[in-house]
Amino acid sequence: MATGHTVKAFDEDLDQLRGSIAEMGGLAEAAIAESMRALVQRDTEAASRVVENDRKIDALEAEVERNAVQLIALRAPMADDLREVVAALKIAGVVERIGDYAKNIAKRVHVIEGSNKIEPLSLLPEMARIVSEMVRDVLDAFAARDADKAVAVCERDRAVDDFYNSIFRTLLTFMMESPNNITPATHLLFIAKNLERMGDHATNVAEMVYFAATGRHMAERTKGEDPSDAEQADG
Amino acid sequence: MTDMSDTGMSDIAAGQRVLNEAAPKMIARDVDVFYGDKKAIDNVSIDIALENVTAFIGPSGCGKSTFLRALNRMNDTIASARVTGKIELDGEDIYSSGMDVVQLRARVGMVFQKPNPFPKSIYENVAYGPRIHGLASGKADMDQIVEKSLKRAGLWEEVKDRLAESGTALSGGQQQRLCIARAIAVDPEVILMDEPCSALDPIATAKIEELIHELRGRYAIVIVTHNMQQAARVSQRTAFFHLGNLVEYGDTSEIFTNPRATRTKDYITGRYG
Repeated sequence: MATGHTVKAFDEDLDQLRGSIAEMGGLAEAAIAESMRALVQRDTEAASRVVENDRKIDALEAEVERNAVQLIALRAPMADDLREVVAALKIAGVVERIGDYAKNIAKRVHVIEGSNKIEPLSLLPEMARIVSEMVRDVLDAFAARDADKAVAVCERDRAVDDFYNSIFRTLLTFMMESPNNITPATHLLFIAKNLERMGDHATNVAEMVYFAATGRHMAERTKGEDPSDAEQADG
Repeated sequence: MTDMSDTGMSDIAAGQRVLNEAAPKMIARDVDVFYGDKKAIDNVSIDIALENVTAFIGPSGCGKSTFLRALNRMNDTIASARVTGKIELDGEDIYSSGMDVVQLRARVGMVFQKPNPFPKSIYENVAYGPRIHGLASGKADMDQIVEKSLKRAGLWEEVKDRLAESGTALSGGQQQRLCIARAIAVDPEVILMDEPCSALDPIATAKIEELIHELRGRYAIVIVTHNMQQAARVSQRTAFFHLGNLVEYGDTSEIFTNPRATRTKDYITGRYG
């Protein structure tokens, strides 16, 4: 890391911003893990806690926005500082969205309580683990201004997409087997979709981190090759 | 461009980045400026583009004002100052023996840090240059030059009813615009500004910046400023000087969002020294 600013309060402001983002990331990771645990164990109380805790993430997002605007107004950041503040502002919005997806998963725990247990349930926590690690690593990359680590996170999104496609096919099979499976299978499908979206968001954050760290945009990944989109009617 | 931002050597090479296309009005090549034995500017090459504002930034003592003053031979007034290398205005060597320095300074005008109107009327301040250069053919012609110059400098509406009053009675911001009108009156091609706003309040500064923006369609403008926000606001190109070197020269939008050289980055982000 470069030497500190001549105005030390500037560094303190930046540290505070980084701290808020790291805290948001920690909460989002916990929300993913907890919502999965609640799902697998059919623990509606734990699910309620996930929904409740999402407010903290929302509050932190508002705090990041306030502090970033203030920092831009008062410190007039330039170059990598400016890119970092803008990235923080955007990342906070994305992490808040990831928290919302986890909250949505938690809400479904109540709905599918008492319905048939179907097999893909065992695949979801594994998929969630990868997504959660992506979120953690991409925010570590942000904290360290590490462009290479951001690229590595992007590459892992493929595994998440593969999981999604596999779960999608399996759930279709279950639905065709018995109409009784349709409701729980649909909820599980939405949950898988939520996890897949989180992976995409982590990828977006990785691109923001890359730009903040290098001043260049990550080479556009080949569009139209996203298998999760190809199989879906809604794109 | 490959990443070469972290080594000391490439620091200088980074100055060679590709700039937006604009015809060069002035060209400096391998310019050194000495004060006695002390080298204040070390091997600077730069193109000053027409219809652009070029900002020179850098810490105190980096040589930016020295280099600015080399562009219209202001350093000639300092006995110990010596300039080597080549500086051309429209392909003409300004340090050649055939160059008329008075004529040069009319073509390459200058506005200084502190407004320095003559202790004469507002009218006379503006009319002085055109008169000594014989640019006006009579009273009516001169009136027109004075009015046009004051209008271009954004001062006409404020002073048109009191042209006979002393220029020194104006406010600081008005005095500075009067000095700009005075520089414009001789129909220059390049205007050099050395910290033109550092003695002005924010409103007067904003007026000068707006004026710079309007003038750039007509002249090549070079501005030295300590205020990086100002450089970012008014210029299309920025040159960063440090210890007599031109460290980096590029499009302003690039310099302030993604500087190549570590020294530039440290300076503009407030980490220098």
